[in-house]
Amino acid sequence: MDIRFEEVGYTYQKGTPFQSRALYDINLSIKDASYTALVGHTGSGKSTVLQHLNALKKPTEGTITIGDRLITPTTDNKGLKSLRKKVGIVFQFPEAQLFEETIAKDIAFGPKNFGVSEEEAIERARVLLPQVGLDESFMERSPFDLSGGQMRRVAIAGVLAMEPEVLVLDEPTAGLDPQGRKEIMDMFYDLYKTQGLTIVLVTHQMDDVAHYADHMVILEQGTVKREGSPRELFRESEWLSSMQLGVPSTVAFALKLEDKFGWTFDRLPMSTDELALEIKKNLGGNVGERV
Amino acid sequence: MSEIITVNHISYKYTDEQERNALNDVSFTIAKGEWVAIIGPNGSGKSTLAKTINGLIEPMSGDVTAGNLTLNEKNIWSIREMVGMVFQNPDNQFVGSTVQDDVAFGLENLGVPRDDMVDRVRDALDKVNMLEFAEREPARLSGGQKQRVAIAGIVALRPDIMILDEATSMLDPKGRQEVLRTVKEVKEKENLSVISITHDIDEAAAANRIIVMKAGELIKEGTPEEIFSYGDQLIEMGLDLPFPEKLKSSLKEIGISVPTEYLTEEGMVDWLWTYGLKK
Amino acid sequence: MMDKLIFGRYIPGDSLIHRLDPRTKLMSAIFFIIIIFLANNLWTYLALAVFVGLAVSLSQVSLKFFINGIKPLLWLILFTVILQVLFTSGQTIFFSWGPIILSKEGLINGGFIFMRFVLIIFMSTLLTLTTMPLSLSDAIEYLLRPFGKIGVPVHEIALMLSIALRFVPTLMDETEKIMNAQRARGIDFGEGNIYEQMKSIVPLLIPLFVSSFNRAEELATAMEARGYKGGEGRTKYRQLIWKRRDTLAMSSFVVLVAVLIVFRT
Repeated sequence: MDIRFEEVGYTYQKGTPFQSRALYDINLSIKDASYTALVGHTGSGKSTVLQHLNALKKPTEGTITIGDRLITPTTDNKGLKSLRKKVGIVFQFPEAQLFEETIAKDIAFGPKNFGVSEEEAIERARVLLPQVGLDESFMERSPFDLSGGQMRRVAIAGVLAMEPEVLVLDEPTAGLDPQGRKEIMDMFYDLYKTQGLTIVLVTHQMDDVAHYADHMVILEQGTVKREGSPRELFRESEWLSSMQLGVPSTVAFALKLEDKFGWTFDRLPMSTDELALEIKKNLGGNVGERV
Repeated sequence: MSEIITVNHISYKYTDEQERNALNDVSFTIAKGEWVAIIGPNGSGKSTLAKTINGLIEPMSGDVTAGNLTLNEKNIWSIREMVGMVFQNPDNQFVGSTVQDDVAFGLENLGVPRDDMVDRVRDALDKVNMLEFAEREPARLSGGQKQRVAIAGIVALRPDIMILDEATSMLDPKGRQEVLRTVKEVKEKENLSVISITHDIDEAAAANRIIVMKAGELIKEGTPEEIFSYGDQLIEMGLDLPFPEKLKSSLKEIGISVPTEYLTEEGMVDWLWTYGLKK
Repeated sequence: MMDKLIFGRYIPGDSLIHRLDPRTKLMSAIFFIIIIFLANNLWTYLALAVFVGLAVSLSQVSLKFFINGIKPLLWLILFTVILQVLFTSGQTIFFSWGPIILSKEGLINGGFIFMRFVLIIFMSTLLTLTTMPLSLSDAIEYLLRPFGKIGVPVHEIALMLSIALRFVPTLMDETEKIMNAQRARGIDFGEGNIYEQMKSIVPLLIPLFVSSFNRAEELATAMEARGYKGGEGRTKYRQLIWKRRDTLAMSSFVVLVAVLIVFRT
């Protein structure tokens, strides 16, 4: 499902003395079955954009197309619910949303709200638990007896259970240890690869952007500054550091090599594997002249 | 170097039903002015360990000595004055309604006279570069700024030891850098010993020594170079791989033989240079 | 950030009223509510209205905020005024139907009650619009101090109050976050019949309670680690300073009371 923003603006508390503009002139597009990274500082407007992706907020200017639905400032609030089934959001620290007596019921909560039968919803929970790295024995346990990392997985399962077409992830691994971080990010990547899920990742981790995303949107001070593939955008390392955004460690190292050894990488490496291959190629080719 | 903290064979269990101890016979010492990072996966007992040092948790066996005091019920408040602690969630340790009120909180608890307090609050805020925010409310600060205020609250008490209990884990990269820089500066200026519990590779690299915890036990101890040379095993120790280690394993996979010892990024560039020459 | 305007929220400013000591403002508001009952005719109400008008204009806060303060209570005010109008008997009766009487006295009384409501709301709104919540809690602590002698835990109450105030924005953020998360999982807050609305509040309240308890526990640990062991032997960083303008402000009440006593019937 495609999502497109056209000239979108959003002002908080419009028409009051406290009004403040959070977004302006936003144009961006998220293609079906793509993996888009949304990058920017705290306060750049990322979380406001995110709430527009499933119409939790409506723009105060411009239009948003979500699949075949058009959202404008005057769109009626009724009937937006069906959008939220199609665009699932895993908010930052999603464990805060758990409330049911059992893990199975909590995972089933979302699908049931969208009209899925109780049995079917519980069945989805049973299938999803192993997928997020827990097992069936968790079904009847209370979510509040789990460790922070396990609660996070249950909350994620609760969003996946709605079987959304677009999955929006807001810093899904914040506060986890590296092992847990990797497991969860790999799981999302697998969903993207095998089930064609469209993924929107909001993150500060440039390494994750390089590793997983195929499209990248850079937000700053409420508007889109750059949009393109990570490979293209990370070339602008100076501009990125002037924005205090930084580049992935692989890119930083590759640029250092270009600088010191006079190499040029036509395709900027996005992973250490790609970098290793480039190094091998360069060492093989240039060594003779160098000595 | 004289020891400022001695942890002597401590064990601890949260409830009797637990199968294994949260801490099992842990011993180590920390020297004055030393920075020690404690790493380990979630649930390995790192935070429990930190909480025994200022008496927030009383070990079931073994003892803890800070300065020349062996922790007991009578001197617990003197020890807390000596050992400051920054916690994980920036919001849940901010007691005051404004930045300066929060920094003053610890001083108020000690009964410091008001005139003294005013100077010490200003001085501490200056040291963490937050003086211009003195009147701000916490809701209008970033996570990194809140943690810097927490550090100022500790600095104002003029402690000997500062414990960072995953103090940077909820921050964005900018906040993390900001806090790490502040810790480094304050440590130098105040000649503090620092214990930092962390998953962050940069924070671990800033330490003089790393302690690795697993399932309540201290399993390894060494300099960052020694610990980082464990390569892939680092992930199990609750730490991300340093970039040069990642690159080394990718190079190894395509048949380039790499050195086993830990290399910094600069070291890696140099090694590649000489490797290219030799070939 | 909440989308709503909060009634009585502090509006930063540097007016004379803003600069008054919070104790002055708190005592004034309380005192005003007491002396308003001295008024019983047009002239006394007029005197009170002039006094309030003067205070409001000195605060340099737009009148809009004061009128906003009335809105939530509008129905209560109208209900009371109508009761007063319809059930007061008097000499000049315009209309009567069973127990319902419309008299000149009733109308006048209704008008006075309306005035009383509006003036009290204006004065208390003035207090909250021009005083930082924190200063207000300092003032409450100060004024409660004498009760400490009879065993009222004044220090604890004050600390509780200031921590509660400090966490208001944090919890509002949290509420918004949880609401968004549950809306994303298909809950419609404020839609459907009463039963559905009651049901939709559970997924909001339980996480809020859980997180508040966790916060409270972490906060308690942090406070203990920072050497908090109760009010004994504690010094205070925040100070209230009584200035000459505070004495002047309080003495304006002497004038007001004198006027009220002279002109009341």
